[in-house]
Amino acid sequence: MTCPVLTRVIGGIRGCIRCRWSFWLLLFIFLFPLILGETSAQGDHNLQTGTDGTSINSNHTKRSFPVLHLRYKYVQLPFEISLWILLASLMKLGFHLLPGLSSVVPESCLLIVVGLLVGGLIKVGGDKPPMLDSELFFLCLLPPIILDAGYFLPIRPFTENIGTILMFAVVGTLWNVFFIGGMLYGLAQLDASRLGGLDLLACLIFSSIVSAVDPVAVLAVFEEIKINELLHVLVFGESLLNDAVTVVLYHLFEEYVGMTSVSALDVFLAVICFLVVSLGGVLVGTTYGILAALTSRFTATLRVIEPLFVFVYSYMAYLSAEVFNLSGIMSLIACGVVMRPYVEANISHKSFITIKYFLKMWSSVSETLIFIFLGVSTVVGPHSWNLTFVTISVVLCLISRVLGVIGLTYIINKFRVVKLTATDQFILAFGGLRGAIAFSLGYLLKQEHFPMKNMFLTSIIVIIFFTVFVQGITIRPLVDLLAVKRKQESKQSINEEIHTQVMGNLLAGIDSVCGCYGHHHWKYKLCRFNKRYVKRCLIVEERSREPQLLAFYNKMELRQAIEMMETGGETKQLPAVPSTESLQSPASEQTGVPQISRELEAEIRRIVRGNLKKTGQKLYPYRRPTLVGNPFEDDFQDQLREKQRAKVGRRMSAFLTDQDFPSRTIARISVVPQAHSSRPTIPATQKD
Amino acid sequence: MGALISVPGEFQHLAEKTGFSLEQIGILHRRFQQLSHGETTIRRENLRSIPDLSCNPIRSQIIQAFFDKRNFQQDGEGSVQEIGFEEFLTVMSHFRPPGRNLTPEEMEGLRREKLRFLFNMHDTDNDGTITLEEYRHVVEELLSRSGALGKETAKGIADAAMLEVASISVGHMVWAHS
Repeated sequence: MTCPVLTRVIGGIRGCIRCRWSFWLLLFIFLFPLILGETSAQGDHNLQTGTDGTSINSNHTKRSFPVLHLRYKYVQLPFEISLWILLASLMKLGFHLLPGLSSVVPESCLLIVVGLLVGGLIKVGGDKPPMLDSELFFLCLLPPIILDAGYFLPIRPFTENIGTILMFAVVGTLWNVFFIGGMLYGLAQLDASRLGGLDLLACLIFSSIVSAVDPVAVLAVFEEIKINELLHVLVFGESLLNDAVTVVLYHLFEEYVGMTSVSALDVFLAVICFLVVSLGGVLVGTTYGILAALTSRFTATLRVIEPLFVFVYSYMAYLSAEVFNLSGIMSLIACGVVMRPYVEANISHKSFITIKYFLKMWSSVSETLIFIFLGVSTVVGPHSWNLTFVTISVVLCLISRVLGVIGLTYIINKFRVVKLTATDQFILAFGGLRGAIAFSLGYLLKQEHFPMKNMFLTSIIVIIFFTVFVQGITIRPLVDLLAVKRKQESKQSINEEIHTQVMGNLLAGIDSVCGCYGHHHWKYKLCRFNKRYVKRCLIVEERSREPQLLAFYNKMELRQAIEMMETGGETKQLPAVPSTESLQSPASEQTGVPQISRELEAEIRRIVRGNLKKTGQKLYPYRRPTLVGNPFEDDFQDQLREKQRAKVGRRMSAFLTDQDFPSRTIARISVVPQAHSSRPTIPATQKD
Repeated sequence: MGALISVPGEFQHLAEKTGFSLEQIGILHRRFQQLSHGETTIRRENLRSIPDLSCNPIRSQIIQAFFDKRNFQQDGEGSVQEIGFEEFLTVMSHFRPPGRNLTPEEMEGLRREKLRFLFNMHDTDNDGTITLEEYRHVVEELLSRSGALGKETAKGIADAAMLEVASISVGHMVWAHS
C-alpha cells in the first residue's frame, strides 16, 4: 500500500536531483559552513573558556551530561582544508555543467572570479580570509602540478627543441629582467615623486619576480586550446626551465639588498650559482629517479605500494633540492623523466593506471586551489595602489616579451631546420603568462628591506590578472583567426615506429660513414649505453632485453584489445584509421581487383593477434584484463589455444606468401609514389 | 664510375651537381681518401671496416645503398661493386640540409628524392615494389640486435604493419594478381 503523498515527495526529489539546479544547491550548502567556519572559530574559542569557567565553578554542583557538544576546534584544520578542496572541486565541476561558458572563458579566469567572490563573502562575514601562504604554495600546491607535467613530458619533441627552449628560458628571461628593471629605474629617475623612490635593486628584484613565465598558468590555458605540439612544448618547456634563472636572480638581488655597487666578482659568482642551481637540481632529480627505478625492480611481490614509491621519491627529490636552494622544479622534472621508462617497464598495468590518475587528480585539485586562493588573496592582501607604477609595469611586461621573442627567434632561426614563423612568434609572445609563482615570490619579500612591498604586490596581481584574463580569453579566438596548426589526434601506428627507428639508425650510420659526430650519433650512443648497462640494472630480468619495437607493439595491441572489449566487439578496427568505404570505391575503378572481404580481414586480425599472444607469453607477462578472472582456468585454456594458434599462424603465412592460394595470394603492394608523400605519418619529412 | 678527382677545379662541377659547398666537398674528399686508403674507389669492405657502423642494426642496408645504381642516376638499375668519389658524393647529397630559400615545388621535389632513397633501401630486389618479405626483412634487421627473438616475432610485427598500411591507403594500393 503506497502512500500517495510519499510517492509525490519522492518523485519530486528525484526530479530535483535530475535537474541541474540541485548541483548549485549542493554547492551553496557547502559554502555556508566555510564562511561560518571562519567566523565560528572565534565563537568556539569563547565557548571553550565558557565551559571551562563554569566547570570550575560548578565543581561542587553536579552539571547535566552534555548530549550534544560542539567541539569545532578539534577538527578545525582538517575540516577547513577538506571544505576548501571540496568547494574547489565542486566549482570546477560546475563550470563544465554550465553550457558554453567553458568554451569561451578559460577555467583559470572563472576560478579566480570565484576566489574573489568567496574572499569577499568571508570579508563581509567579518573575518580575515586565508592568504595564499607561500610555504603552503611551494611545498604542497606546486609539486603535484610539476610532477604531472614532468612525468608525462613528451620526450621526443622536448629534446629535439631543447636548444630553442633553453635560449628562451635563460636568455629570454634575463633579457626580460634587465629590460623591465632598467626601464623602471630609468623612469623612476625621471619622475621620482610619482614612483615612490625606487632604487635600482628594488626595480631589479621586482622585474625578476615578474619576468618568469608561469607553468601553472600556461598549462591551464594551453591545455584547453590544443595547439600543435611544437608550440606547446616550446612555451611549456620555457616555463619549466626558467625556474633556475628566477631562483638565482631572486636570491641574488635579495642578498645584495643593502649594497650599492655590484662588482665583477659578484656577477661571476652569480653565473656560477646559476650553473650550480640548475645542474645541481637536475643531478638531485636524476639520483632520486634512479633510486625509484631500482626500487620498482623489486616490487613484484607487493604491487599495491608501487605508486607510493613513485610519488614519495619524486616529492623527496623536490624537497632535497629545496634544502640546498637548488631549483626544485628542475629536480622534479628530471626525476620524472629519468624514472619513467624504467618504472613503466617494471610495474603492473594497474599501478601504471593508478599513478596516472592520481597525478592527474592531484594536479587538477592543486591548480584549482591555486587559482581560487589567488582570487581570495586579492581581496585580502594589503594593497597600495599606484596607478603609474601599475600601468608602466604592465606595458613594460608586454613590450619586453614581444621584443624578446622577436629578437631571439631571429637568432634561433639561423640554427633551426624547421623555422619559427611569424604566427608562431606571435603565439609564443602571447603565451607568456604570469601566475601564482610570481605572487608567492612577491609575498616572500621582507617588508623591512622593501618598503614598497605592497605596491609591488598590487602590481604583480594586476599583471597576473591581465595576462590570465585578457591574454587567456583572447588567445582562443586568435588561434582560430590566425589558423594556427592544431594538435593532430594521431593514432600511434606501428609503421611510424618502424620507420622512425629505421630513420634513426640510417642517420646514425651516415654519421659514421662521414666520420663526423652529429647529434644523431650521440643519441644513438646514448640509446646503446642505455640498453646495455642501465636497463640491465634497473629493469626486472626478463624485460630488460626486450627491444623497444616489441614493447611498443605489445603496448599498442594491449590498448587496442582493452578498447575492443570496452566498446563490446567488432565495431572498432585495427590500429589505423578505419573506413570500410575506402576499401570499396576507388580500388574497383583502378584495376578491377577484388577487395579483401570482411571475413578474411577478421581472420587476418585474429591471426596477427595470435602471433602477438604467442610472443607475448614468452617475454612480456602483461596480464591482459580478462572478463573471467580465474587464473587457473586461463592457464589451462591457454595451452589449448596455443596449439590452435600455431596452426592458424601457419595458415596466415601461407595466405600471405603462398603461390598456390587462390587469387590474392601474393601480397604485392605496389606503392605509388604519390601515396607516400601525401601521408602525414611518414617521418622522412623530419629531415627537412 | 668516376676517376679520382685530384684537381680542385673539378670540385666546382661537383658542387653544382650535388649542391654541396666547396668546403664540404673538401671535407668529404678527405674522408673518402681515408676510407679508401688512398685508392680511387671504395668497395664494400672499406665501409664495413668502420667500427661505429658495425653495431648499427641496418648496416648492410646502408652499405648496400651506397652501391645501388638507382641512387646515382634517375633510371639506373642493379648494383655495382665499387664506387668513386662522384657517386659517394651523390649518395651523401641526399642527406644535405635544404637551402634557405627554396620554393614549395623544390621542397616537394627534395622530399620525393629522399623518399625514393628510403624506398630503394627497402626494395632490395630492385623490382620497384616492396613485398611483405622485404618488409619482414626490415623488421628482422631492426630486432636483430636484441638476440634470441626469432623470426616469429618479426613476422608478427611486419604482418600487423602491412595490414595497417592496407587499411589506411587502400585507395592507392594495388593488389596484383600473380
